[in-house]
Amino acid sequence: MNHLTAILGHIGGTLLLFVRSVKFIGTLPRQRARFIEQCYLIGYTSLPIVTILSFFIGSVLALQSGYSMENFGAKQFIGTLVGLTMARELGPVMVAILIAGRVGSAVTAELASMKVYQEIDALTTMNIPPERMLVLPRLAAILVMMPVLAIIANLCGWYGGALVCQYTHSISVDSESYFTALKTYMKPKDIIDGLVKAEVFGFVIILVCCYIGLNTRGGPREIGASVTKAVVTSLILILVLDYFVTKALLFS
Amino acid sequence: MTAPAASSYTASPFVGRTFGVTVTGLNKNFGRTAVLKDINLEVKPGEIFCLMGPSGSGKTVLLKHIAGLERATSGEVRIGEFDAADPETRNKVHLALVFQAGALFNSLSVYDNLALYPREHRQCNEAGIRERVMHALSILSLEKAANKFPSDLSGGMKKRVAIARALVMEPQLLLYDEPTSELDPVMSATLTEIIATLREQTAVTSIVVTHDRDLAFNIADRVAFMMDGRIQGVGTRADFKTPADPVIANFLNPVIDLKNPRFKQLE
Repeated sequence: MNHLTAILGHIGGTLLLFVRSVKFIGTLPRQRARFIEQCYLIGYTSLPIVTILSFFIGSVLALQSGYSMENFGAKQFIGTLVGLTMARELGPVMVAILIAGRVGSAVTAELASMKVYQEIDALTTMNIPPERMLVLPRLAAILVMMPVLAIIANLCGWYGGALVCQYTHSISVDSESYFTALKTYMKPKDIIDGLVKAEVFGFVIILVCCYIGLNTRGGPREIGASVTKAVVTSLILILVLDYFVTKALLFS
Repeated sequence: MTAPAASSYTASPFVGRTFGVTVTGLNKNFGRTAVLKDINLEVKPGEIFCLMGPSGSGKTVLLKHIAGLERATSGEVRIGEFDAADPETRNKVHLALVFQAGALFNSLSVYDNLALYPREHRQCNEAGIRERVMHALSILSLEKAANKFPSDLSGGMKKRVAIARALVMEPQLLLYDEPTSELDPVMSATLTEIIATLREQTAVTSIVVTHDRDLAFNIADRVAFMMDGRIQGVGTRADFKTPADPVIANFLNPVIDLKNPRFKQLE
């Protein structure tokens, strides 16, 4: 029962943090320097790892599906399979997992250490709400950067799949046929649904990581514990939300 | 000893009012541990009020309640007519707290640490902010540290930057948590003068948590002694020159017994 109460308390606290942060949305134009800094940290610095991983995810997807689909003569549809899977599922989910590990951990560590070393208390006494200065610019930045990263992940995954199809002897599907299959059976809604998922995941990751960071108590050991907790919670939420958001988008 | 820097201090013309603090029936528990027990206290507007007592007696927790950083288990703290626990109070009262460890923003330079408050509250343009910041830094002889980061500073310098940051805020209620710890005697004297001069020029109410008898007995209008989460006694400096309470007397004038049998095993 105590456990349930604690979970409900955390959900309430996270929602409250969101409401308190959104209250300051009008201050965003004059916080553009912080917003741009966060866009750089979340988006630009994540770009190399997103590019490399999604390229290889697309490649492996093509390899695996080429091997399986050859058995029932459906090799010409590899492009469709890779395209749809990357756009609807693997692109947004992989980017979200990367962001949780790379950005979420950094955000939690930074805010947790600010809390432990009383910087948050100092902001509060200076009448500078931490929600305004620390949470809002990060939330705005993730909403801008997640679709960008998801689109880049999709493109890299598609091209990774195309290269594998072209140069793997047992598959031998040329790029033109691959991309024709990809374009023929994909609708704009498939890409948009993927971007919506990326937005939801990114938003939840930053909100949860900010909440856990700002509620850290204790010393350096608790900072580490908070980072672990934030990353694990984010990963669980990504996969749980993935099911519900996918269902909602498919049947909307 | 005279500290030259303090004499050059001139506070900005104070606009507004100064606030007293009233603490009524304040209790605070952390889990099952009672840290504050039925605290009743009144700090008058414009007063320098020192809170003394041994480590762990609850002084800093009380200060945090006054700053609105802790929620009371029961009882209340009022700053003037405003509830200290209400976040809205910070819009009505300029309050500054000098933290014991400084609590500087590690990702910002010393200059930006000081400039943060006027920038965020859009109090003046960048030239005005620069003037205020450099003035505060000069009072504490920190001009050369303006571009350094907190990680490059010693503990004492961090404390001085924290005090300079509080000065930039031009507060109506100024709270100090161990302001002279980690400072050398000259800087401690300078700080003692700054606290007194600031009150003289701006009538700011100052609450100082300290172990420093020199600081307390040089500038405090009244002193309160805390012991084990309770107020043991409140009085003027004169009242505590020869305290009747043996616990307070022992705290103020501890007897150093080098032949104490407890330390026999160290020999």
